[in-house]
Amino acid sequence: MSEKKRSRLTAGTFMIMLVLIVLAVLILLPFYSIVLASLRPGTEIMRQGIGLRIDPSIMSLGNYRYVFTDERYFTWFFNSILITAIQTALTLAVSAFVGYGFAMYEFRFKNLLFICVLFIMMVPLEIIMLPLYQLIVRLKLINSIWGVILPSIASPLPIFFFRQYLSGIPKDFLDAARIDGCNEYSIFFRIIVPLMKPSFAAMGIFVGMNSWNNYLWPLIVLRENRKLTLPVGLGSLLTPYGNNYDLLIAGSVFSIIPIVILFLFFQRSFIAGMTAGGIKE
Amino acid sequence: MKQKRKSSGGFRSLLYSQKVAPYVFVAPFVIAFLLFYLYPIISSVIMSFQEVLPGQVRFIGLSNYKNLFRGDFVKAVRNSVIYTVITCAVLVPVPILLAVFLNSKQTVGKNTFRVIFFLPALVSVVVGGFTFRLIFGEMPTALLNSVIGVFGAKPVKWLGGPAPWTTFFALLVLCCWRWTGVNIMYYLSGLQNISEELYDSASIDGAGAWQRFFYITLPLLKPTTTYVLTISIYGGMAMFLESRMLFNGGRYPGGQGLTIVGYLYRLGWEQNRIGLGCAVGLFLLAVTLAVNLVQLRVSGFFERR
Repeated sequence: MSEKKRSRLTAGTFMIMLVLIVLAVLILLPFYSIVLASLRPGTEIMRQGIGLRIDPSIMSLGNYRYVFTDERYFTWFFNSILITAIQTALTLAVSAFVGYGFAMYEFRFKNLLFICVLFIMMVPLEIIMLPLYQLIVRLKLINSIWGVILPSIASPLPIFFFRQYLSGIPKDFLDAARIDGCNEYSIFFRIIVPLMKPSFAAMGIFVGMNSWNNYLWPLIVLRENRKLTLPVGLGSLLTPYGNNYDLLIAGSVFSIIPIVILFLFFQRSFIAGMTAGGIKE
Repeated sequence: MKQKRKSSGGFRSLLYSQKVAPYVFVAPFVIAFLLFYLYPIISSVIMSFQEVLPGQVRFIGLSNYKNLFRGDFVKAVRNSVIYTVITCAVLVPVPILLAVFLNSKQTVGKNTFRVIFFLPALVSVVVGGFTFRLIFGEMPTALLNSVIGVFGAKPVKWLGGPAPWTTFFALLVLCCWRWTGVNIMYYLSGLQNISEELYDSASIDGAGAWQRFFYITLPLLKPTTTYVLTISIYGGMAMFLESRMLFNGGRYPGGQGLTIVGYLYRLGWEQNRIGLGCAVGLFLLAVTLAVNLVQLRVSGFFERR
């Protein structure tokens, strides 16, 4: 009986492992094929698409030469780093501040305001992009990194996340700090912020990754080629003629590398940040 | 002089008082909400009753809404709805199963699988879309055609080909590739909250693996499923960039791959019909909110609050 059960179990495990391995291979296939394609001349990719055939006679690292010598790529890369850094820092600071307010105090309109937070979680940017664009024009922020950054510094998911995170801190703790002479703001900056480090890591990676990969809004706001971010710049190379494919494909692969390295180092924080919305109280 | 110092001290102590501090804390959100969400939404409503031309605006009543269903709008809505339904049908059950597999004690190399499944979520839509456009290329040497070629099938024009299902298939593959891993993570964190004892006592009572799955795992994962469904509906109805990338910047042959937001983008940025674009946006907002509220209600989300 137990012998039979064990053998059925291993058969089940075998099937599960088989499914997982096949899926893993399928998921890795696009990565493999794009890396392979980046070693081939752009004209060749345009003509043949990307496949799995390895043909050493036409393969070289030549495309990557553009990544390091093409001035556009360097500029876009730098712009992306700048925007990602500023946006992440500002979003974390503002959302933690706001999230603390929601978590620690009772005040009039609190519920109404929190419903607003939940409501805008369900309003895709795409819906309001026309009037938002006009607003940014009127504020004279077109073609400026601030036009890209400002509309999303009070984004709902980080606020929600920090509120949930801080709800676990007992309020007696605050009263003790008040008795010791702290005012409301020094409690936040001196006592709470240091306690929030793990949540900053998780949200920072989430916000940073979204900012690094963000495409639609920077595409709308940024006008000049030298101001573009990396995804928008790469997108601008997508012409029907395929004359820029050398830079496009090598640049694409190169743009994935930093984030994959970060992911391998900070896996836990990545996953915690990406799945933050699913947290239950 | 003395008076002035006192009053500024009064303001300072008011700002630092426990009564005012909460409003200071939430102020940045209130400002951002009014400026970057409420104002655009109201402005959208107003513009949807107008004909907006550079330099002049004309009130045209409900004309935009009457004209809403002309042109490619119906096609776009149909595409978005079909896409949303299929993604929800795939991106909920498959990640549940995979999460259960990854959570099982017998599975070897769990962390490696987790990392691999999650990798596509790190890639920008530009790079992902571009890669899949080349994989789904119509040339016989493109990845998918070369694979089906091994089985003797003729090369297929996947994107915008004669049969609409090939386009949906490509979009769906891209979407599943990007999001399966993220949904698996949601379910894995949901699974951590289910106590091991439940399974043990069910096993003692003679419940098999399937029974344990259907009577314990599935019901207890319901909050996670509610959340995943909500973001899938939201993401599906607002999908735009994936199809734009697959079709190389908005040339949708015969309206294939055109989504609601794709249509909105075309109206607003390519045809300068901003009023009509706003009407389309509000339609989408209403549908997304309605579907999600119904979904949350059916799942009993409001009763638990």
